[in-house]
Amino acid sequence: MTQSAVTVPRAALPLPPAAIEMAAKMRQRQGARVSSILDMIGGTPLIRLRRIEADCPGVELWAKAEFANPGGSVKDRAAFRILTDALARGDLGGGVRLIDSTSGNTGIAYSLVGAALGVPITLVMPENVSNPRKQVTTAFGTELIFSDPMEGSDGAIVLARQIVDENPGKYYYPNQYANDSNWKAHYDGTGVEILAQTEGRVTHFVSGLGTTGTVMGTSRRLHEHDRNIQCYALQPDDAMHGLEGLKHLPSSLVPEIYDESVIDDTIWMPTDEGWDMSERLAEVEGLFVGHSAGANVAGALRVAKSLSSQGKTGVVVTVLCDRGDRYFAPMKWEKHYVW
Amino acid sequence: MATVRIPTPLRKYTQGAEEVTVEGANVGAVLTNLETAYPGIRERICDDTGAVRRFVNIFVADEDIRFMDNLDTPVSDGDEVSIVPAIAGGLA
Repeated sequence: MTQSAVTVPRAALPLPPAAIEMAAKMRQRQGARVSSILDMIGGTPLIRLRRIEADCPGVELWAKAEFANPGGSVKDRAAFRILTDALARGDLGGGVRLIDSTSGNTGIAYSLVGAALGVPITLVMPENVSNPRKQVTTAFGTELIFSDPMEGSDGAIVLARQIVDENPGKYYYPNQYANDSNWKAHYDGTGVEILAQTEGRVTHFVSGLGTTGTVMGTSRRLHEHDRNIQCYALQPDDAMHGLEGLKHLPSSLVPEIYDESVIDDTIWMPTDEGWDMSERLAEVEGLFVGHSAGANVAGALRVAKSLSSQGKTGVVVTVLCDRGDRYFAPMKWEKHYVW
Repeated sequence: MATVRIPTPLRKYTQGAEEVTVEGANVGAVLTNLETAYPGIRERICDDTGAVRRFVNIFVADEDIRFMDNLDTPVSDGDEVSIVPAIAGGLA
């Protein structure tokens, strides 16, 4: 693990104008009247993890409450930016449907944003996905197309691409893994918000890699402000893992938007450590979050403990991607479904 | 003999084979014999106490062993035993 450049408390650098504006905007938003649910995307609270901090005396531990987004996850940010950028370019609009293959948070985010912007959404998912996952997206008017249950999520990707190829001009396929709007949502949102909410005091940022958009956008913004801020990407420590939403890059297709030079170091996270932290967050902080959020806090705590054990101070920030109730295990009578 | 379906991340132990055949009257015995034939594979499936890791699901003839007798779940000749990481889309 890279050693921190921070050895003594130092004065935070002056905030960039974007962060000063963001701080003012976020102050106004408390209990605000909004013109659309889309105004509620981003600007999430930064929560101090005081009970977990007992493990790392002298170091502050903070987490962005991304479950406070209206669709319930960090994915609202990327979906909103992907749709608004595509509308501005003319890739969407005039009845063109956005199509993607996802049954998780991204599908919910596209469905919510699409409904609010009047953009029709089509999602392709394996037929054996659980009923709640189907219902949560169809509630927004999203069209579902089912792929062969034996082909899994790869089958859904193949079918989505086939539908796009066979219907020229009818669909827009956003490919969040290669779409710059994804990381820019975090460059202009998450990163600036962290600067504003910590008043520029952030010294370390830790977040898991999925599409890599959160890490790429946030790290770029934080580094641009102060190159001494250490940005860590977190990955499952093994191809066989249970950290849903996170990618083990050595055994995966590496997303086109991922640029290793943006990060300072990688943290390899065992599934058990992430799952245990999810349980602990619920039990001691009242934060019932998903496993990727647990992994993020476990990674942040590793960094914080390392600083603390060397007698250093720091302000470590991570991300709570979504709530745990999105992952209730299927009941016995549902056990043939994939959740 | 049972047919064991191996998930992609563990196929490096089975020389790339998606399916292998192993003896065993229950899931525990199948895993023990799997380890004998493909050393190293068991610790990827089970923890230090010998229990199946929390994020790994094992199915015997499409039934999740957690809803049956876990490692004592009986395996009949010709049964299919599937080892499946518990992340979304991983079942199919």
